Amino acid sequence: MDLFNAIIQILDSTIRLSVPLLLACLAGLYSERAGVFDIGLEGKMLVGAFAGAAAASVFHSALIGLGMAILISVAFAMIHGFASITHRGNQIVSGVAINFIAAGSTIMLGQAWFSQGGRTPALAPGERFEAITWPGADALRDVPILGPIYAELISGHSILVYIAFLMVPFTWWVLFRTRFGLRLRAVGENPAAVDTAGISVAWLRYRALICTGVLTGIAGAYLSMVQNGGFVKDMTAGKGYIALAALIFAKWKPVNAMFACLLFGFLDALSIRLQGTPLPVIGKVPVQFMQALPYVLTVILLAGFIGKAIPPRAGGVPYVKER
Amino acid sequence: MSTPYAKLPAWADYGLIPVINLAVAFVVAGFVVMLVGENPFRAAVILVEGAFGRGQGIAFTLFYATTFIFSGLSVAVAAHCGLFNIGGEGQGYIAGLGIGIVCLAFDSVLPWWLTFPIAIVASAAMGALWALIPAYLQAKRGSHIVITTIMFNFIAASVMVYALVGFLKPPSSMAPQTRTFLEGAQLPKLNWVIELFGAKIRSAPLNICFLLALVMALLVWLLIWRTRLGYEMRTYGHSPKAARYAGISETRIIIIAMMISGALAGMMALNPTMGDQHNVALDFVSGAGFVGIAVALMGRLHPVGIVLAAILFGMLYQGGAELAFEMPAISRDMIVIIQGLVILFAGALEHMFRPYVQALFASFSPRSVGIEAAKGKGA
Repeated sequence: MDLFNAIIQILDSTIRLSVPLLLACLAGLYSERAGVFDIGLEGKMLVGAFAGAAAASVFHSALIGLGMAILISVAFAMIHGFASITHRGNQIVSGVAINFIAAGSTIMLGQAWFSQGGRTPALAPGERFEAITWPGADALRDVPILGPIYAELISGHSILVYIAFLMVPFTWWVLFRTRFGLRLRAVGENPAAVDTAGISVAWLRYRALICTGVLTGIAGAYLSMVQNGGFVKDMTAGKGYIALAALIFAKWKPVNAMFACLLFGFLDALSIRLQGTPLPVIGKVPVQFMQALPYVLTVILLAGFIGKAIPPRAGGVPYVKER
Repeated sequence: MSTPYAKLPAWADYGLIPVINLAVAFVVAGFVVMLVGENPFRAAVILVEGAFGRGQGIAFTLFYATTFIFSGLSVAVAAHCGLFNIGGEGQGYIAGLGIGIVCLAFDSVLPWWLTFPIAIVASAAMGALWALIPAYLQAKRGSHIVITTIMFNFIAASVMVYALVGFLKPPSSMAPQTRTFLEGAQLPKLNWVIELFGAKIRSAPLNICFLLALVMALLVWLLIWRTRLGYEMRTYGHSPKAARYAGISETRIIIIAMMISGALAGMMALNPTMGDQHNVALDFVSGAGFVGIAVALMGRLHPVGIVLAAILFGMLYQGGAELAFEMPAISRDMIVIIQGLVILFAGALEHMFRPYVQALFASFSPRSVGIEAAKGKGA
């Protein structure tokens, strides 16, 4: 039974840890499917986390915090769009710039406004998103096997967790069953064809980036308002890049993205759980090895040893109308 | 890629437009300073005085600039070959492993002028090795170099933590760093050069790596513009198709360019370790690899521009420290914002002001921009 409980606990933290990855990964999915590379997921999540926690603690409302997180994150996505769509700048350079501006400004504004060393004040209960206990969860807790699964894994998360997982079928539906999605995918593969059909490539890509901004905003809000109860400097800690890795791992498909993020979240949960405890057969695994594993896996995948990941064809190329 | 813009006179292209981009970046930074309730003009004065006001400040500015010259050159060499090496941070960090092993092995037996060349080779080799795998994957398996080099940054960080809490650390110590290097691995300071001009320096870490950086800048210039290899690299950077048609081996040129880039990034680790702290510590690179992106973009990928841009960023780092001291509302993270703004305006929005400048030139003398451009762009 101990083993079972341990597994439930690991799976529970897998869900918690994979939510920000999943949201950021789906965010990247929208922009990359539309042909805009986005290295700046990390930065947008970070500003979202900061804006969310700051607004929530000032206005004492979790919803205002979430709204602010989305707003600021979309604003940063628009900077990326302005540079890489309107001015046809290098998308990677623009994304790198956004990461730096985000990293610097969140700490500096945090220090200037709250003077707590770049942190925001700890959020009170009403200012964060609380865990939702599903009906009957407490009553069913003692039922063997199914009880803990229902009480721990399915029930007892915050609303943002459910939103994140609902975004997976929703994104699939948007991309593959709506006109907007068809056009969005087309603009990432062959923008000239979309242009010929009389649809604005720029406006379509801007809309894709708005979707990206909304999702990174929610991801940031999750980090600072659910997982942590306040903003801490550099709290994204490379999650944006892992999300990017997961996106490639998932071959730019929403359902695969969910599994990739759950896998990376699971590795993270496992490495926390196994800290210092020796495994049977292998012996003691260094924590650093577990932490590096998502990156190593991505490199191996990119090398084409686990099936080939083919990016959207027009990705990274600014669209220039024929003159 | 064909440039969609009409030509400007060379001085405007290489002087005026970068200056305008830089100025806009600083104006936006000024707004950020205003946002936290400080006076941006006073902040600028403190920054410049802190960096160049006294001999001490100048020495620190040049010390920071040394690291940035290496990382800027690293980004530039790859960029000339059309590759974006975002992995300078990891390549520099992993080079610390090579430096650490060399210094710990030889610092008690060899004088510094023998340890130094061995450490240069070790750092360059480690950096090049760390760039080799992404380069090979790009050349042979078509995986995107930006993503793989980012992944290698994280892998490097894990490897270094593993090494620094493990075999590099003396067993008796808790801190994740090597023991302090002995005399045989401490580089001589260059502070006396500044003192020749009559300035007083208490203690500053400016060291002989600065000269090495300048030599490397010269070598990179020779490589890119005066050798066949450099010509091939630039050809590939401009047009991979043309390079292929000209019989340049794609695999070879990508791997060589990335290894040179990685070696330069690796050498950046010499300055903070052997030159200043006399140990290899956790996170000793602290973002210098990323600064190289801003430096290279601002220096327009030319070694002279890179040295100047590196000194500017050195100034920001040193002056920024003084600024944080004088104005508590402004922390050193201001530099990170400025860095981001410079990358944005000098890199991604490089061409934003070009049409306006062209219109301006056209209104004074249509011939300077070509008659066609004057007609075509009313702006």
